[in-house]
Amino acid sequence: MKNRTAGMLDTVKRLIRYMFRFYPVMLPVIIIFILANAVISSLPSIFQQNVVAVLEEAWGTGASWETVQPAVMHFVYILAGLYAVSLILGFAYNQLMAIFTQGFLDKIRREMFEHMESLPIRYFDTHKRGDIMSHYTNDVDAMRQMISQAFPQLLISAITIVSILCIMCYYSIPMAIVILLGAAVTITITKKIGGKSAKYFMAQQKAVARTEGVVEEMINGQKVVKVFNHEMQIQQEFDQVNEELFEAAYEANRYSNTLMPILNNVNYIVYVMVAVMGGVFLGLNFPNLSVSGLPFSIAVIVPFLGMSRQFAGSIQQISPQINSTVMGIAGASRIFALLDEQPETDEGYVELVNATEKNGVLEEAHEKTGLWAWKHPHQADGTITYTPLKGNIQFYDVDFSYNPDKVILHNITLYGKPGQKIAFVGATGAGKTTITNLINRFYDIADGKIRYDGININKIKKSSLRKSLGIILQDTVLFTGTVMDNIRYGRLDATDEECIAAAKLAGADGFIRHLPQGYNTMLAGDGSSLSQGQCQLLAIARCAVADPPVMIMDEATSSIDTRTEQIVQAGMDRLMNGRTVFVIAHRLSTVKNSNVIIVLDHGHIIERGTHDELIAAKGQYYQLYTGAFELE
Amino acid sequence: MIRQLYQSIREYKRDTFLTPVFVILEVFMEALIPYTIALLVNDIRAGAGIGVILSYAWKLLAMSLVSLAGGYIAGMTCSKASCGFAKNLRHDVFANIQGFSFTNIDRFSNASLVTRLTTDIQNIQMAFMQVIRGAIRAPLNLIFSFFMAYYMGGSMAVIFLFVIPFLAIALFAIIKITLPVFRKGFPMIDRLNASVEENVKGIRVVKSYVREDYEKEKFGKASNDIRRIFTKAERILAFNNPVMQMSMYVVMLFVLSVGSKHIIADGTLDIGQFSTLLTYSFQILSSLMMLSMIFVMMTFSEESVQRVCEVLREKSTLTSKENAITEIKDGSIDFDHVTFKYKKDADKAVLSDIDLHIRSGETIGIIGGTGSAKSSLVQLIPRLYDVSEGTVRVGKQDVRNIDLVTLRDSVGMVLQKNVLFSGTVADNIRWGDPNADMEEIKHVCHLACADEFIDQFPKGYDTWIEQGGTNVSGGQKQRLCIARALLKKPKILILDDSTSAVDTKTDALIRKAMKEYIPETTKIIIAQRTSSVEDADRIIVMNDGKIDQIGTSEELLRTNAIYREVYLSQNREGTENIDEQEVAA
Repeated sequence: MKNRTAGMLDTVKRLIRYMFRFYPVMLPVIIIFILANAVISSLPSIFQQNVVAVLEEAWGTGASWETVQPAVMHFVYILAGLYAVSLILGFAYNQLMAIFTQGFLDKIRREMFEHMESLPIRYFDTHKRGDIMSHYTNDVDAMRQMISQAFPQLLISAITIVSILCIMCYYSIPMAIVILLGAAVTITITKKIGGKSAKYFMAQQKAVARTEGVVEEMINGQKVVKVFNHEMQIQQEFDQVNEELFEAAYEANRYSNTLMPILNNVNYIVYVMVAVMGGVFLGLNFPNLSVSGLPFSIAVIVPFLGMSRQFAGSIQQISPQINSTVMGIAGASRIFALLDEQPETDEGYVELVNATEKNGVLEEAHEKTGLWAWKHPHQADGTITYTPLKGNIQFYDVDFSYNPDKVILHNITLYGKPGQKIAFVGATGAGKTTITNLINRFYDIADGKIRYDGININKIKKSSLRKSLGIILQDTVLFTGTVMDNIRYGRLDATDEECIAAAKLAGADGFIRHLPQGYNTMLAGDGSSLSQGQCQLLAIARCAVADPPVMIMDEATSSIDTRTEQIVQAGMDRLMNGRTVFVIAHRLSTVKNSNVIIVLDHGHIIERGTHDELIAAKGQYYQLYTGAFELE
Repeated sequence: MIRQLYQSIREYKRDTFLTPVFVILEVFMEALIPYTIALLVNDIRAGAGIGVILSYAWKLLAMSLVSLAGGYIAGMTCSKASCGFAKNLRHDVFANIQGFSFTNIDRFSNASLVTRLTTDIQNIQMAFMQVIRGAIRAPLNLIFSFFMAYYMGGSMAVIFLFVIPFLAIALFAIIKITLPVFRKGFPMIDRLNASVEENVKGIRVVKSYVREDYEKEKFGKASNDIRRIFTKAERILAFNNPVMQMSMYVVMLFVLSVGSKHIIADGTLDIGQFSTLLTYSFQILSSLMMLSMIFVMMTFSEESVQRVCEVLREKSTLTSKENAITEIKDGSIDFDHVTFKYKKDADKAVLSDIDLHIRSGETIGIIGGTGSAKSSLVQLIPRLYDVSEGTVRVGKQDVRNIDLVTLRDSVGMVLQKNVLFSGTVADNIRWGDPNADMEEIKHVCHLACADEFIDQFPKGYDTWIEQGGTNVSGGQKQRLCIARALLKKPKILILDDSTSAVDTKTDALIRKAMKEYIPETTKIIIAQRTSSVEDADRIIVMNDGKIDQIGTSEELLRTNAIYREVYLSQNREGTENIDEQEVAA
């Protein structure tokens, strides 16, 4: 408990630091304006007291309005002046607050996103997509509520409570005690009912989630339901969770809906008590105890009526704000947890540069030459060597594990030469994808060495390394934008002609031209307007535009039907020509023509060879191929 | 639309109508209290004794308690009414969806139906609560308070005739201006989130192409656009507070100056009324504020109401006839010149002029490329869709004359996109027949070659299947789905690409079992692999919505180009016909 409070405090401190860092001038101005406005807003009771006192006296002496007017108007004018200031302050801080809130959210969103983009793949593999998304939706929203509503409101309430308390003590401490007792009752009730309400709201939240789960399952299975005539049973099941949701929602709403009228009327009772006690004190000639030393009079009692309402109102304001503050802090701490994730490190210093060849010697070029070289500065002697980019990949005794306690890959040694196709076959979890994750350094190896054109890949800058590798995955990811944008994603400076040429190479040009707006057709993020095969063809075109010497295809055709696969396969074969290609395939027919087929089992290479060699060996591959063995 | 929703109130009518009654009681008392206090203050000023004050105290306490009771009961009834109404509405929407035909289902996306049943109805519940309580409370409070202010202050109340319209116009103008801006802004947030999701999902692509900076720039721009539009909206919205404050201040100054004059100059006002006027003015102005908030909520819930009503209004396109036939003679199937379109106004028919006659007990294979309408053809048999022209007959009866339940009980169908439901393995199989005993379940699982892996689960048939069947592999899922359909003991069994993730050997075993154990059942098998249909009595080759050819495997190999192409692509080596082995990953 203590730790949690300390943790919350740290989060608040950090949040405040962030806010000041983003808006070092505006924030203090806003705070000062809010404070000043709140103080002014609680002053009227003083003027009311003064005016009533003047009236009392006038009444006593029977003075005419003309003689009283200047005295009354004197107070009215001062008050009007104060009000004018308050309005200006109020207007200013409300405007500034809008600018501040949205600006802060914008900055925090960007910082989150920029940090997220720098995180290693491990972060994305170990966090659920929904959880990551929730930082951008729920957590940011909770923070917005806290910053734009809870913080200023709490500030205003606190100031109002303090100023009114001071004013009350100035006039009459016994009356102040009456109001404070009322406030104590209010707080007790709020705590009690509010606590229950919070508990039931959690229960309601759970019931909502459960209903959502059931609804989602039933709706997604609706066609099966119909085929099995299962409508009645489903309806019964649904009605059951629906009833549970009703119970939970009723319980939760009952508490929150009765809290307001209860508090309202408790405040009325306090209001009544103030009037009655005022009457009693006055009637009994009770000696007043006050800072000002004023005796009890009607002029003292009347402002207390207004102050009791104001005081109660401020206290009532606090409880909902506390809820949203707690939620906001929780959201902020989750956002900070994201910001605290270690970004991907990169100690590489070998860069990929454009090169020209002069008299058999490579030289760095500053324009695009179509020829690439590794620029390798040697720290020892300060010289720079240039090695041509070829696409030679070598693994020496590579061991790897995602978690220290479970080794995934053991002693992997393999070679991929330019123009060769190397295929990985094996059950789920055998380590096929893991190998490809190591080549582009999505993960770093534990032991052994991986060399790219003879250079240890740890020495190569990650951006250079990845630019030299193309990757096509099973789940094609397209981005919201036009078809052309998506192809150009492979190389941002590619011309339209180059993109179209890449599409032609991939065999995508045909279907693209049939789209309503051809290459300018907008795609939704998930590519839902295209078939899976078409998405895959676009991914191939994207890779073709990047023109990398080494390619990795991870289950690239497994979710496509066999006839479409033939079309996609043709595109891929054209693209693979002359490159080093690593293939992980779902259907063995796609790997048959590989130069080497590597069969993996629990992180060990158990067989390797060409298709014919492996069939002749009658080992695991043969069993898979003949269908005698099913990989689950 | 309102009438449609009204029907869902049902047993909660009493609570719905009681709520405003108690709200009136509460508000009335609330309005009376300051007035009584004004009287008390005057009496105190006039030097009233303790007895008088105490009698006031009891009266006021009683009023507060009545008001509290009214508010409390209204809070209870409005919770019950709104939650109950939401429950009924969910039931009604869900029930209507249960009556949907496949055509209706296709019209709404699954995700949108889920949103309508959850978020939308939740919004409606909140709005409903506001209507029966807040929308009554706020204006009543306004009217009562104004009336009391007038009753007490007389001409003083004139100030409200200026302030109320000013505040009302200002508040509603602010809403009017900001609503469209917010409407424009919210989709931008959705788009931003969608783009984050794209990045998270596609992080491997982003990193592979070293596009982090590009994405950052894109995101920064989108985020900044959101900042701009929302700053604009919130800055207008930020007028709310000062406008409210200003109204309050004007009333305050008016009461202090003009009120003082009345007290002294003509005595039409007294100190008690003077102090109470301020209380009423506060109530009047905050009611206006409440009203404007309710108005905003109602506007936002309007879209939810429309979306829910859209589902409620949707009538099923398929229903059983009255006095429909409830018995099916045999498993024969006839297509008489059938043409089919998914949408009436579609230009091109999905199936055109299909004439096909299948004898009871026959095994039929169907082969054809994507989009050749294989699935559409078989979906007409259990009347998942109605033909556009021609007739489909099962057991020599037009399917439109057969009772839907009878028809679908007799036609077992394993859909291409199949799902299992959360529950045990046995629960899932029992969908085929709720009364089946363990023996029967084990039998069908054996036929579908599912018993081998079920027996290996530690809990066997009691193994819990996760929602969507995510904890079994693709091949296992398909076999469970086949077992489920077999348990129905249907006269016709349709497998729509149901063994694609099962290895060829098991596939063959399943077909052999079906041949031996349910020989009278008419079997229709749609497949990608020619090996799955090779031993069928007849194979139908579909192409572009038409039957290209019907024949045995040997006949088709000789005479049909499409069949030969598919067959050869899968049997290139000639020696082995298991080329298309799928490795279910």
